[in-house]
Amino acid sequence: MIKFKNSEITPENIYKKRRSFIKSVGLGASTLAMSSIPFLNKSLASERDKLTSYKDITTYNNYYEFGTSKSDPHRNSQIFKTTPWDITIEGEVEKPIKLSMEEISEMFISEERIYRLRCVEGWSMVIPWMGFSLSKLLSKVNPTNKAKFVEFESVYDPAQMKGQRYPVLNWPYNEGLRIDEAMHPLTTVVTGLYGKKLPNQNGAPLRIFIPWKYGFKSAKAIVKIKFVENMPTSSWMWASPREYGFYSNVNPNVDHPRWSQATERIIGEGVWAPRVKTLMFNGYGDEVASLYSGMDLKKNF
Amino acid sequence: MRRYSKTLVFFLSLWPIYVISYQIIFNQLGPEPVDRIINHFGEWTLIFILLTLSMTPLKQITKSVEWIKFRRMLGLFTFFYASIHMLSYVGLDYRFDFEPLINDVLKKKFIFIGFSAWLLLIPLAVTSSERMVRLLKQSWKKIHRLIYIIGIFGVLHYIWLSKTIFFKPLIFLIILVILLLFRIKITRSASKI
Repeated sequence: MIKFKNSEITPENIYKKRRSFIKSVGLGASTLAMSSIPFLNKSLASERDKLTSYKDITTYNNYYEFGTSKSDPHRNSQIFKTTPWDITIEGEVEKPIKLSMEEISEMFISEERIYRLRCVEGWSMVIPWMGFSLSKLLSKVNPTNKAKFVEFESVYDPAQMKGQRYPVLNWPYNEGLRIDEAMHPLTTVVTGLYGKKLPNQNGAPLRIFIPWKYGFKSAKAIVKIKFVENMPTSSWMWASPREYGFYSNVNPNVDHPRWSQATERIIGEGVWAPRVKTLMFNGYGDEVASLYSGMDLKKNF
Repeated sequence: MRRYSKTLVFFLSLWPIYVISYQIIFNQLGPEPVDRIINHFGEWTLIFILLTLSMTPLKQITKSVEWIKFRRMLGLFTFFYASIHMLSYVGLDYRFDFEPLINDVLKKKFIFIGFSAWLLLIPLAVTSSERMVRLLKQSWKKIHRLIYIIGIFGVLHYIWLSKTIFFKPLIFLIILVILLLFRIKITRSASKI
């Protein structure tokens, strides 16, 4: 499980020095140097693991509740009220519960979790989230043996969210996971980023984040978590079932019907930066590939 | 004033260039600069198609032939911005890496239709001169009716690449439909005479 603090990340300059040291050692052992492609890959990896700036993370968002343009969420969400806020966990559970945001922040300690976000549109960011594993929150209830999936419902408040006044999507925003996906330690309840309170445009007061899936799977401003028996129909599946599947795992080999998913553009890298290859499961394959063993990921896109 | 109107329209038509230059110089292209440049010129291409298509209806409405003298220039600006749009996609985004590009053109319908629209613009740009108009006579008109197809392809290109039709693609579609409906009215009234 990848879970590291900001302080554990090697500063860029030291990292590069280390790499050149390793390379010079490699050059000594000539045959090794010839096959030093892993080193090259690593140095490329250092570029793609660089944290995206706070400004880019908080001004470039897809959050259609606040408008369809990338700059809309930042502009239209500033006066959005996130207190008081309650979250219910219900459905196929022995005893449904209702928790306030205060109770949640008392019960669970948020830690820094740096994950890459890959948007289905073909761009990515590296974000230092603050949060904890969803499994901890879900363990507060006892699901019945009928429960197979977890459904997430975002807030519906067209008075405050002007995007919801138009039929852009099937409001309220709805997403879902299989229970084993929801219980996976990488699946995170997010309460902040860059050590600060979560900004409204990023899904305050509480959202989920699933690092190995396209960004739209990570529902924002959640008010309801529901255990269900049948596979939920997410808002995007509703909008276009041919294009957006239930799983939506990051997969460079399965194209979106209208565009390629093989490469991505790293946010904040500038005009001259090339596209980089998209990684299977967004680079989290070691942790999550076993969830899908034996499954045809082309069919279950 | 009328003498200078064409010069004025020419400099106004360079507006997209002023905007993008300002944004490049003052580093305001935002987090996804390549995307920004491509979309900027794509959107302005569509705006110029719609502007070009507006001249004849404006002539009808205002009963003034003045508008027609801008039509060629606006059409050429359409081709100009479409070419920058395509070049920035091919050069900036894909670094002239033609293998994935050809794959895109063949497999992705929004790129296929966008590229087709650009190809269709070429004969219009080539035959835009006064000499060509005289040389081609009646067929010139026929060739230049391609602009209706190009307009439809352009708007479809935008709709298909967007995750949702709301709102910009929808606005372009509505304006295009209105402008095309004018043509039906015009040809009908013409055939009556």
